[in-house]
Amino acid sequence: MAMKLERNAAGRMVPVEVNGRASIPYQGFGNHRPDGVKAAPRIASCVDYPADGDKRVSSLKEALEKVGLTDGMVVSTHHHLRNGDAVGNLIFDAAAEIGARDLMWFPSASFPVHANQIGHLDSGVIHHIEGSMNGPLGAYCSAGKMRGLGVLRSHGGRWQAIQDGEVHIDVAVIAAPTADSFGNANGLRGPAACGLLGFALADSIYAEKVIVVTDNLVPFPCLPWQIQGNNVDAVVEIGSIGDPSKIVSGTTRITQSPDRRRIAELAARFCAEAGIMRDGFSFQAGAGGTTLAFAMYLAQLMRDAGVTARFARGGSTQHMVEMLDEGLIEFILDGQTFDLDGVRSMREDARHQDTSPFTSYNFHGKGNFASMVDVAVLGATEVDLEFNGNVVTHSDGRLLHGIGGWQNCLAARCAMLLVPSFRDRIPVIVDEVTTLCGPGELIDVVVTERGIAVNPRRQDLLDAVAGSKLPIRPIGDLKAELDRICGVPAKPALTEEPVAVVKWVDGTVIDTVWRVD
Amino acid sequence: MGEARIKPASAGPAGEHVRSDLNVRFEPTSEPLAVELFSKVDYLYGEVIDNAVRRVTDAFGVTTGRITVTDAGALEWVILARTESCLRRAGLDGPPVLPNPAPGADAPRRRSRLRRSRLYIPGNQPKLMISGGLYGADGIILDLEDSVPPAEKDTARLLVRNALIALDWGQSERMVRINQGPLGEEDLDAVAIHNPHTVLLPKVETEELVSATAETLQHLAGEGAAFLMPILESPRGIHRAFEIASADPSVVALTLGLEDLSAELGAPRTTDGSESFLARQTTVFAARAAGIQPIASVFSDIEDEGGLAAYVRRERGLGFDGIGCIHPRQIPVVHREMTPSESETERAVRVVRAAREAEEQGLGAVAVGSKMVDPPVVQQAFRTVELAVAGGLLAKDWDAEG
Repeated sequence: MAMKLERNAAGRMVPVEVNGRASIPYQGFGNHRPDGVKAAPRIASCVDYPADGDKRVSSLKEALEKVGLTDGMVVSTHHHLRNGDAVGNLIFDAAAEIGARDLMWFPSASFPVHANQIGHLDSGVIHHIEGSMNGPLGAYCSAGKMRGLGVLRSHGGRWQAIQDGEVHIDVAVIAAPTADSFGNANGLRGPAACGLLGFALADSIYAEKVIVVTDNLVPFPCLPWQIQGNNVDAVVEIGSIGDPSKIVSGTTRITQSPDRRRIAELAARFCAEAGIMRDGFSFQAGAGGTTLAFAMYLAQLMRDAGVTARFARGGSTQHMVEMLDEGLIEFILDGQTFDLDGVRSMREDARHQDTSPFTSYNFHGKGNFASMVDVAVLGATEVDLEFNGNVVTHSDGRLLHGIGGWQNCLAARCAMLLVPSFRDRIPVIVDEVTTLCGPGELIDVVVTERGIAVNPRRQDLLDAVAGSKLPIRPIGDLKAELDRICGVPAKPALTEEPVAVVKWVDGTVIDTVWRVD
Repeated sequence: MGEARIKPASAGPAGEHVRSDLNVRFEPTSEPLAVELFSKVDYLYGEVIDNAVRRVTDAFGVTTGRITVTDAGALEWVILARTESCLRRAGLDGPPVLPNPAPGADAPRRRSRLRRSRLYIPGNQPKLMISGGLYGADGIILDLEDSVPPAEKDTARLLVRNALIALDWGQSERMVRINQGPLGEEDLDAVAIHNPHTVLLPKVETEELVSATAETLQHLAGEGAAFLMPILESPRGIHRAFEIASADPSVVALTLGLEDLSAELGAPRTTDGSESFLARQTTVFAARAAGIQPIASVFSDIEDEGGLAAYVRRERGLGFDGIGCIHPRQIPVVHREMTPSESETERAVRVVRAAREAEEQGLGAVAVGSKMVDPPVVQQAFRTVELAVAGGLLAKDWDAEG
């Protein structure tokens, strides 16, 4: 089947129809302004729910029957439990048991543990996935085996799609580390404690039906109610919602790789030398080994300079919590908790605030935090000479990662990509990214072990670091060095058959992922 | 060479964990030469890899047999070295196919230079070499001795040769530690003409070994012959420290290896190093007496930054000019601790200024204020100022005004 394609404002060929719905090609940054009203579920009446507030049902299967799961519906799950999640798989096993077919799975992210769904894709229970696909699911989609098109969205883009009605969730299934029988839920306690449940918040508000699944049922009221029971249809108690050892790590590890440490240190020094690191500034950092090392080096520079950050955004870890305890950071605005220290801090420290993609990232809101952050450090699989970034595919075109909050974080005043210049001979700096995920106009600095490239659009940053000892180099210079070290790579051959699309934060289609043979 | 001597052979690591390296296997057959490639980067570099392998087989005149390449993202200089090694192991012979030289491959060697830090990199681990020049070490030691298992000496030698040519070592001194005995001679044959700045000689016990090595280098590389840094690793070596240090004009520094030394002494190596105090002090005395640099041994606990800092302070206090590093993380700590204090620097600057004034005025004696300063103190002051500049305590143009 030939799909109708159109060239978008970034010059990429994209489908004009995605899974039966018209889609808007990317229009350039900030150019697409939707009108209309937000989506909403049907009005419910409390007379249809137990007056004593007890919404428990005995099994996932019964819950699905109670909410009326039928063929072709959209079922959502969330990735708070990461690779330890059991619920994302169990719910489709239950759907298969009741004979449902052609469902759309709408996870906030998927992990290798969800390879289980391949069986359901093959048998027809799941029609297609709209959400990140990596590992075995990425390979499955890349090979063109999925019936519908994959749709990759950022965390903020997922909220936007739900809010704008692009995706109408029929059944949201929320794995809750702690809940009461009314459906109030949080992630702060219980054997599968994961911190917060922000990725499920939109689903709880906008989905037609909401099922809360817990292995730690407490008597009403479950406090705090990160998810409000007033949005919940049914509560299911099961033995275990996930494997704690794979949900949060005991401690997150700072990279030991000398190259990555060098990248992190250069990035931190850049922040100091460019004057970004000053009293009251803010930064965004995740839990990757390199970004943890960045936070470690930054903390030292802050200590030396006597500088305090007003807030840090992003995933929280032991290292971030230590900075909060030491007074280097005044507040943590946490989007995802990565280790047990992070969970404890969020539970006990009022300065450690849980956030959601609505507050942090939603492009169709009255502002969001991402653009208020002074500096965000991010990874990428590729970045090109125009500073465009790729974070979802490998250089051979295969799906490798989800977008996560990456696109959203590009809104920071200074967005930095911390990347090795090549990985096992595969250049990270390329002529043109295989898949465009973030436009170069939003990517300000690329930090590699061989030097720092500043986007020529940011003359202010170039001026700020002029005369410093930092190895500032034109990106073309870095690329030329890579060509010498690695050799000039061949252009990998891609097919002309779309298997997935990449959405920009405003819901337009920024690029297409093609089938790989 | 008869056909009968040609046998199946393999070079390079294989397995899941391998990165930036490859395995090359050769099987003699009577069929025309076939090259089979398995690589995770074949979609980008398949042809380039095949081409590199065939350039080596062409040079060796190999027309039959089967070559299997299992690659995990190795760079071209690694592919060339591993392929050559595999063919040599198979009993084949031919001229080496060398990689393209990197900028800096012809960087000139300098007798007198800072040698505060020297980073050891195992000679058979290309992955660790690739970024070696980026960490700002005063010297990089490509090691053919202790870090390379006996069965890998032949391949490591070719890898190190190619790394000297193909990698940009930046500002770092290009050093190679060779093996003892006949293996060491083969090492020199392979690397001597590829601009190693300094060759480290392990376990030196006699001055004859030093002069013989200097002669070999001279013979192989003529004008381009590398400097020498003998390593004292035995009580006998320590005993002849001065003779070794002054054995040949090409000797630029003297160092010692404490692991082997403590073992021979029968004294466990301790943190405070009392068992090796005399050896370390002797090394400093011998080197200074011979007018070369005394360089201290390595500190082997990567995680213990505080311990490393204390070690550097202690060795610097004994008179050593540099320390061995086994991980890039140690380099900034060493440089920081080798940097003189502010008061030391101020004093040295005063002496250097006075010395320059004295020279301008044609005076023989240097005076700071009303105090006369002796020539060794002046010399030391120049060294202190150089260290302060390298450590970032003084600007490069600190003397612009004066």
